[in-house]
Amino acid sequence: MSNPQDILRAPHERIEQIQLEGFKKTAVNCYENIPFYKKSFDDAGFNPYAITSLADVAKAPFVTKQDLRDAYPYGMFAVPLDQVREIHMSSGTTGVATVGGYTKHDLDIWADCFARGLWYAGCGKGDVVQVAYGYGLFTGGLGAHYGSMRSGATVIPTSAGSTERQIRIMREMGTTALCCTPSYAMHIADTAIDMGLDPAKDFTLKCGIHGAEAFSDNLRAELERKLDYKVLDIYGLTETMGPGVAIECLEQNGLHLAEDHFYAEIIDPKTGELLPDGEWGELVLTSIDREACPVVRYRTRDITRIMPGACACGRTHRRIDRLHGRTDDMLIIRGVNVFPSQIEDVMETFPEVASWYRIELTRRNGLDVVTLKAEVNPDYAFDEIAAIERLQKRMKGAMKSALSVNIDVKIVEPKSIERSTGKAKRIVDLR
Amino acid sequence: MIEQITVFLENKEGRLTALCKTLGDAGINMHALTVADTADFGLVRIIADDPQRAVDVLQTAGYRAALTKVAAIQVPNEPGGLARLLETLDSLDVNIEYGYCFSMGADFSVDVLKVHHSGEVVSAIEAAGFRVLTNEDICA
Repeated sequence: MSNPQDILRAPHERIEQIQLEGFKKTAVNCYENIPFYKKSFDDAGFNPYAITSLADVAKAPFVTKQDLRDAYPYGMFAVPLDQVREIHMSSGTTGVATVGGYTKHDLDIWADCFARGLWYAGCGKGDVVQVAYGYGLFTGGLGAHYGSMRSGATVIPTSAGSTERQIRIMREMGTTALCCTPSYAMHIADTAIDMGLDPAKDFTLKCGIHGAEAFSDNLRAELERKLDYKVLDIYGLTETMGPGVAIECLEQNGLHLAEDHFYAEIIDPKTGELLPDGEWGELVLTSIDREACPVVRYRTRDITRIMPGACACGRTHRRIDRLHGRTDDMLIIRGVNVFPSQIEDVMETFPEVASWYRIELTRRNGLDVVTLKAEVNPDYAFDEIAAIERLQKRMKGAMKSALSVNIDVKIVEPKSIERSTGKAKRIVDLR
Repeated sequence: MIEQITVFLENKEGRLTALCKTLGDAGINMHALTVADTADFGLVRIIADDPQRAVDVLQTAGYRAALTKVAAIQVPNEPGGLARLLETLDSLDVNIEYGYCFSMGADFSVDVLKVHHSGEVVSAIEAAGFRVLTNEDICA
């Protein structure tokens, strides 16, 4: 067998050839085996037997999260159930869950995609990977588990939670790679410090593969300082596979798409029109070789862009930029679109506050009111009320000039904002 | 000059109780406590035995606590005691950030003041005949 990493440096024409062949098969598979696609292709006049180039992808209709929900439980499966080895479901916080099924082959490519993150970080055989993503229906835990095994490393499946025990294991077992959400990694680091440890010295971490939520450069820098390791951002979603659709390399300059398994487009989320490389818009994914639950033009609702040009690492797979957030996370405040990441960008310019925050939306006299609660940085000495009020005012002013929106800033006690072991809850909508 | 403990607290039920209990459980005795509050948060300022240990105990318990140097000045416990001190400060053109007072027995009161350029100010106050106290003077 050839080295599984060779494809990462293959000429892009070769990758496009794989994508075209895969897209032809996927479109036919969807059309013939999933009634939803039969109808939507026919309605759109899209002929899956007449595909001749990758430009034909853009002629196919979209599939949305709502379509997947409507197909619950097995409506989006293209193979008989006896071919399906595993099933995952999205968190379904906003309604019915979406279901993803995996054949043996699907699990294989998933493991391969996730393992690339560890390989990018120089990890593999001889490394100890602690998987502190929750195991279960959520794709984070088992995706990281299969990927770690594929990479050649030893896996410790701690799952999320029991933070002090995580920390003891991390120290005593000599963990070299940590897979979990970035907010949980921060909680682990802070808890270790509270336990009297210096995680930068007491841990032996080389890298953290952190995803399932967007995080700022500031949070990354804080994690890397506290834990003395390299943080790689990983992207994925249950609807198309799970974590591993795209992962950063050590350049930390964009996430390499697994282009031999997915075809990516960026569209204007309002009009659905294709956008050129470099422009920000909604990511649309088409699977190339998934068997159980293939997708053609799935609207991820994630906002990113295709980064133009080649990566300094020499790998040929194109990169998406770090996520700006989900279209569903976008806050509409008195008619202005605001992404939480934009608020984070402003916060980064204030060393007085830590990167832990919460945004609360309320309504006062019929108007939207946004309150940003930010924790004081433990290194920053406050002794005068006036100084804290000045800081709140300065932050509010900076938010206003950057976002054209009034955001009330409240400085709160350190660690008063609830920590989570999974995805951090940054936005509380009380409207 | 004395070391005062300043704690940033959310304006929330039970926070001050929890703070005092934390110090009490650690065997630290307080001699003065004052709260400056806004709608959202408060700053609690405390004079206590062993201020460094008090700060360590509070930080370990998760509080945002820090030491601040403030001037503690002894004045006679009689009408006009504080006014005479403030007149002196006015004549020195010193601006006060904040202050609070408490009495120590029948004879003396202590005025605690946060001023900028405290070194020069303290020398000037002493030159004007006031006694500037240390932590030991208060916690003895």
